[in-house]
Amino acid sequence: MYRWLLCWRYLRTRYIALASVVSVTLGVATLIIVNSVMDGFTSEMQNRMHGILSDVIIKSQVRGGLSNPEEKRQQIRALLGDQLEGMTSVVHVPAMVMIEHQGQTLTRQINLIGIDTDTYADVSDFSKYLLHPENKQQLSFLLRETGYAEDGDLHDAGWEYRRLKARRMKELQELRRRNEMLIKSMESAANEKHSGATGQSGESTSLGEPSPVIGPPAVGAVALGAPAISDEGAAAQSTERSAEPEQDDGTQQRLAFPASPFGENSEIATVTAPSNAVGGSPLPEFDQGLTTEEEQAAKFDAETQQWAGIVMGISIASIPYRQDGEVLDYYYARPGDDVRVTFPSAGAMTTAVHEKFTIVDFYESKMSEYDSTFAFVPIDRLQSALGMVDEEVSSIQLKLKEGADLAQVRDLLQATYPPGVTGLEISTWRDLQGPLLAAVQMETTILNILLFLIIAVAGFGILATFFMIVVEKTKDIGILKSLGAGGYGVASIFLGYGVLLGAFGAGVGAIAGLVFVANINTVADVLEGVTGREVFDPTIYYFETIPTIVHPSMVVSVIIGAIIIAVLASVLPSIRAARMHPVRALRYE
Amino acid sequence: MESSGATKLQDSSLQNPVDQGSNAALNRPRRRTQTSGELQSQPTNLRVARPQVLEAKHVVKAYRKNNHEVPVLRGCDFEAASGQMTAILGQSGSGKSTLLHLLGTLDVPDSGEISYAGQRIDNLSRRERDKFRNAQLGMIFQFYHLLPELTALQNVLIPLLIREGVLSYFGRRKEIRGQAVELLERVGLGHRIHHKPREMSGGEMQRAAIARALISEPELLLADEPTGNLDRENGDSILRLLRELNSESDLTIVMVTHDESIAQRCDAIVHLEDGRVVEQTRC
Repeated sequence: MYRWLLCWRYLRTRYIALASVVSVTLGVATLIIVNSVMDGFTSEMQNRMHGILSDVIIKSQVRGGLSNPEEKRQQIRALLGDQLEGMTSVVHVPAMVMIEHQGQTLTRQINLIGIDTDTYADVSDFSKYLLHPENKQQLSFLLRETGYAEDGDLHDAGWEYRRLKARRMKELQELRRRNEMLIKSMESAANEKHSGATGQSGESTSLGEPSPVIGPPAVGAVALGAPAISDEGAAAQSTERSAEPEQDDGTQQRLAFPASPFGENSEIATVTAPSNAVGGSPLPEFDQGLTTEEEQAAKFDAETQQWAGIVMGISIASIPYRQDGEVLDYYYARPGDDVRVTFPSAGAMTTAVHEKFTIVDFYESKMSEYDSTFAFVPIDRLQSALGMVDEEVSSIQLKLKEGADLAQVRDLLQATYPPGVTGLEISTWRDLQGPLLAAVQMETTILNILLFLIIAVAGFGILATFFMIVVEKTKDIGILKSLGAGGYGVASIFLGYGVLLGAFGAGVGAIAGLVFVANINTVADVLEGVTGREVFDPTIYYFETIPTIVHPSMVVSVIIGAIIIAVLASVLPSIRAARMHPVRALRYE
Repeated sequence: MESSGATKLQDSSLQNPVDQGSNAALNRPRRRTQTSGELQSQPTNLRVARPQVLEAKHVVKAYRKNNHEVPVLRGCDFEAASGQMTAILGQSGSGKSTLLHLLGTLDVPDSGEISYAGQRIDNLSRRERDKFRNAQLGMIFQFYHLLPELTALQNVLIPLLIREGVLSYFGRRKEIRGQAVELLERVGLGHRIHHKPREMSGGEMQRAAIARALISEPELLLADEPTGNLDRENGDSILRLLRELNSESDLTIVMVTHDESIAQRCDAIVHLEDGRVVEQTRC
């Protein structure tokens, strides 16, 4: 009994000992913070990886893909039975995407993935990461009217934006055509009159205003008329090209046009709107049938039609930038824009396949690796473009029931489809992300070891302080012994003291750590304000806020570890106290 | 066994001596006539024939200092009669404190025997000696040796706290505390129960120390210069208190002192010189 009384007394009267546990407190707090943040990151990352990767992936290593996928699917269904929750087939192919932006072509290397809209959502959290709320429910590769974002750059994306853009483009082409015509006619007039070049340049500067002389001309008439008037080859060619209704070249020409598009154009748009409105404004539910054949491409009207839909990773089409401390995204392209994708065909003689797609949504999983490389298109579209006539697929992805043993399923499938024979690579999502997960795990382990070493260093502080206290209490130890206290009892005073101090330090540390974790983003903001340096850069981490997860077991084990260190540090002083000779202790001055 | 009937130890050992058979030394001298046979061998100048309760025979003790043996006691014989106040008188360095420590089992002699109530106590195990000190012996010191962090009451309680486990203490808390308060009132410290040692005078501290020594109801009190640090008045009152305790409850007191006048107020004086008993007198 006296031990508890005394160690309680010592705890309350020896504040110097509390100083020695400050480092325990700090160590515990740091450990809890670091672990929470690391766990938060890991679990967030795993969720996202898992979400997009599905549980088990059966991937064909063979060029041209996995033939006869339906048979395989049935086999797998029979093999796994109850454990299977969902299954889908995908085709993926490395590709290059070209995005037109302000007259320049941006190219990005992507991973083009053909997905089955009906089943893909069954195996992964893919749709969760789409921008449009309706696409989150059920993905459609048709462009939505609007509603991709409440505000910001994407608020007008969709058909609204596409129509406006197409209209402006037409107007620009129109304007350009008229301009060309004007120049041509003036040139021819000049040639006839043998007048100088001054007239030409003078006229060309005034091209911003629509000339009332030339009414809305019939496209065909101008196109046909121009070469007839012109006698200069180059000029004629360019006119012809621009007259071609092929969208792509028109865009390039438009964007190559030096004038910045919108400010000036809106004015032009109002002037010339009536002429175009006749053909374009009432848009009936146009069947946006995917038109790939050349003749259809020629007839393509960007205002009412779209190409096959593509869902792009958001980082492919945007870059983050910073404005007034806020991180914003700058979009090179948005839903409603067209992009051109080039990829190798699947045939024996590989050729480059060029396809045009219309961006119908963005995909934002916040995993930069995925967001910057994944682009999804309809699987049938991709299969036909690749020349996979038998509907071959690149991989089959499985989603298993909750609690199924992934590794076991993988082994079962591997036994059924030996990799050496079938050329199939069967892996779980963990296998695929193994190195990254292992790296994070190792990082966590090393940090834990380092921080525990800090607490161990704190242990030496406790050791020194305790020795001091034992020396200071020599006489008291002698008194207790003279009153019949045994060595055990005396030792347990100091051991108990160590436990209490350790528990106190660890407890305070745990509370401090938990409070810190709970308010970590506020703390980051405050630190940011004080130091002027950004603590947590969302452009790097893709997280708006610092993710944290507190595992109670982690907190408990950290506390126990700290207490054990405190106890170990108090063992030596306790032994010294226990061995003290009562007479010498009593005589100690 | 000890924790079950700490303060009733005396009674329980009376009723059931076999209980403590493993440690016979802890038995109290129950009937004084039991040792009356030794009476004849005692010096005949004792006023009242008393049995010897504490004995030391040919005790030798040396301290080692830098590989030098410093002899302190060189074959010292000592006896204290039950219910008497015995003074050990000697100069500084004569070994009187060492003798007291040996009698109190705080240390063990190099050779020789020490026995209490006819049982040897010098060869007991460490744990048994701890128990002996805790239950059978009261000790007071020149510098009081109270624990500075604790109040007078807690200091008095310490021997019982050492003996009791947490549970049995809380089971008998009231009884034990009542006992301690009673003792403090007995030594005249009723008004200082919740004071810390630093808030008390020397005399008061020594009284608290006496109360602490008596809490486990011992029959033997060892006092190491109890008045050595006090002025005459306080010293006198402490001596009076000891005397009262001695006569009221038949407490055997062995007191070390270098002050002849104090020694004169005891029943017997043992003169110690250079580690040997040179003279035993009766007052």
